[in-house]
Amino acid sequence: MRWLLLKDLRILRRSPLLLALLILYPIVVAVLIGFALSRGPDKPEVAFLNQVPESANVISLGEEEVDASRYADTLFEAVDPVRVSSREEAIEKVRDGDVLGALIIPPDITQKLEQGLEPATLEVFYNAEDPAKQAFVESTIESQVADANAALTERLSEVAVEYIDLLVKGGELPFLGQTLDVLGLERSERILSRARSDLPAGSPARGDLEEVIDFSRLARENLDLSDEVLGSVGRPIQVDATVVEGGTTPLSTFAVAIAVSVSLMFVTLLLAAGMLALEREENVFRRLVRGLVSRTGLLVEKAGLAAACAFVLAMVMLAGLALFVDLDWGRFPLWAAGVAAGAAAFGAMGVAIGALAREVRAASLLAFMLSLPMAFLALVPSGAVSSALFEVIRVVSALFPFKPTLEAMDAALNDAGGIAVPLLHLAALALAFGALGRLGLRRFA
Amino acid sequence: MESSTAAPAARQTAPAPVLEAHELRKRYGAREALAGVSLAAARGERVAVIGPNGAGKTTLLSILAGIQLPDSGHVSRVPREVGWVPQQAALYGKLTVAENLRLFARLERCAHVERAVERMLAQTGLKGRAGDQAATLSGGNRQRLNVAIGLLADPPVLLLDEPSAALDPRQRDRLWEFVLAAGEAGTTVLYSTHNVAEAERYAHQVVVLADGERLFAGSPRELEDVVDASDQDFEAAFVSFLRQRGH
Repeated sequence: MRWLLLKDLRILRRSPLLLALLILYPIVVAVLIGFALSRGPDKPEVAFLNQVPESANVISLGEEEVDASRYADTLFEAVDPVRVSSREEAIEKVRDGDVLGALIIPPDITQKLEQGLEPATLEVFYNAEDPAKQAFVESTIESQVADANAALTERLSEVAVEYIDLLVKGGELPFLGQTLDVLGLERSERILSRARSDLPAGSPARGDLEEVIDFSRLARENLDLSDEVLGSVGRPIQVDATVVEGGTTPLSTFAVAIAVSVSLMFVTLLLAAGMLALEREENVFRRLVRGLVSRTGLLVEKAGLAAACAFVLAMVMLAGLALFVDLDWGRFPLWAAGVAAGAAAFGAMGVAIGALAREVRAASLLAFMLSLPMAFLALVPSGAVSSALFEVIRVVSALFPFKPTLEAMDAALNDAGGIAVPLLHLAALALAFGALGRLGLRRFA
Repeated sequence: MESSTAAPAARQTAPAPVLEAHELRKRYGAREALAGVSLAAARGERVAVIGPNGAGKTTLLSILAGIQLPDSGHVSRVPREVGWVPQQAALYGKLTVAENLRLFARLERCAHVERAVERMLAQTGLKGRAGDQAATLSGGNRQRLNVAIGLLADPPVLLLDEPSAALDPRQRDRLWEFVLAAGEAGTTVLYSTHNVAEAERYAHQVVVLADGERLFAGSPRELEDVVDASDQDFEAAFVSFLRQRGH
């Protein structure tokens, strides 16, 4: 078997296209995924026209002044503004495809905010030639407008709370360059109580004062509560998230687990299936199994070679991705275990495909045809389809090595559950596909 | 009806056979591919297996080579003692001539790998092409390399399945030169062929198969005598023989 292994390595070395693919594949995938994960999405270009004169940027709420332009900046956190000078220019740019959308802030927006009689409205224009782009820009702008709304509402609520506080507790209020002393409900109540005690016992005014004192207490107690009410108006709904199932895998490292599993799958399947089918295409298979090599030995050699190549490739890929994504090198033995088990299972599946397809081209085609839906099904999340269909998908996914490889890599990279079960699952699949490959060799020649 | 009285020229002294097959039977579903075929070949003897398409020639050679098991009957040699050369060259196109020979010499567990490789390079006349990849060789050279791989372990018996098919006359001559040299060194050569002239020219013994049945085993001259065709060439005599036997 050693000589066959050396022969296969020599053949691989003399196949420059295949070799280049094997070397370049992990590098290209690692760099692409690394950049994608580390840079985040590009901001869409959006034409921006602010028609509010600079002097009208400030909203006056009594003596408080709120600079509304500060909240417009929130909009630019997710879009790249292309400033234009007129509404027509903005629409023209959208129509020509120079920008993906246009955002226009009308001149009366601060006035409407100040008066609070009708809602302030922003104008947004989209180019719907590409529905995907439109949806992206639409959701980006809507989400940023919602953020700006929330921030502005919170500030307005803070101002309102300060006034209510002044009304309840009393204090100083600057107004038109002067400082007014506001009595406040608390102090009013105390003064009235003192006045009531100074009145003669049978005075009819005592009853009237009693009523005013009661009202003052009631107003103070209820206005005290309004702090909390206004606070909740600023952020009416808050999110308290708790993970009840699965690990706490960051998206970036889960993407690494997917990238490694996909690379392992393609490289191992194609190599194992192709190298076995090549023995038949070169007419050598029958010569080999006439006592020179056992059929099982031949399968083990092909699966082992493909798995070893894919193992090296996957580890190089992980090392490359570690430059972009924070991977825990302390878990290296687990990475190696996950990659090795996945490679072994894919190798066994590859030789089964090679034994059944019997020709290199047919084997490659079959490997692609099986692996793509296999990966797709394994990535369907629960809840995305009906529970019955999801059960079917779960069972089908369990019959192929992609899902357990992904689980093993997720566990190895992210501490997302135990790795033992997926490793055992992969070992069982390796044996099952090995047996299928051995059966396929019966009619291989 | 079978003429089994033939005594090939090379077996005048009736030496002990180095290869014997006894009552080989093989069935593929309803079709009987071999119906109790027996044969024997002596050391250095060349045996041609001839017959129409579907006669069972390839099945017989596959069983003798150990690639297939018969339903019944037995072969005197185990597969490792028999060199086998398939009809289409069975070698690695990406490896050089020398690397192919070296690989198979190692797999055959030859005692002296490099010596075996040198010997085969010399016998095939491919020494000058030793470093060339097999994929770059002509059909004739590939076939000689194919035969050389079968001879690497110096087996007492060499089986060739239609060795000269798809070769031009010049390449065919060079191939037979190589095979005859192996036979002269004592190797028993058993080959199947559609080329009846090759059977007449090179074989000591011809075995005629039709529909899985052995119809004749003897020298080419004896086959001509059976059909009493003194005025016919061997090919015409062979056709007459088949016709007489209802094929």
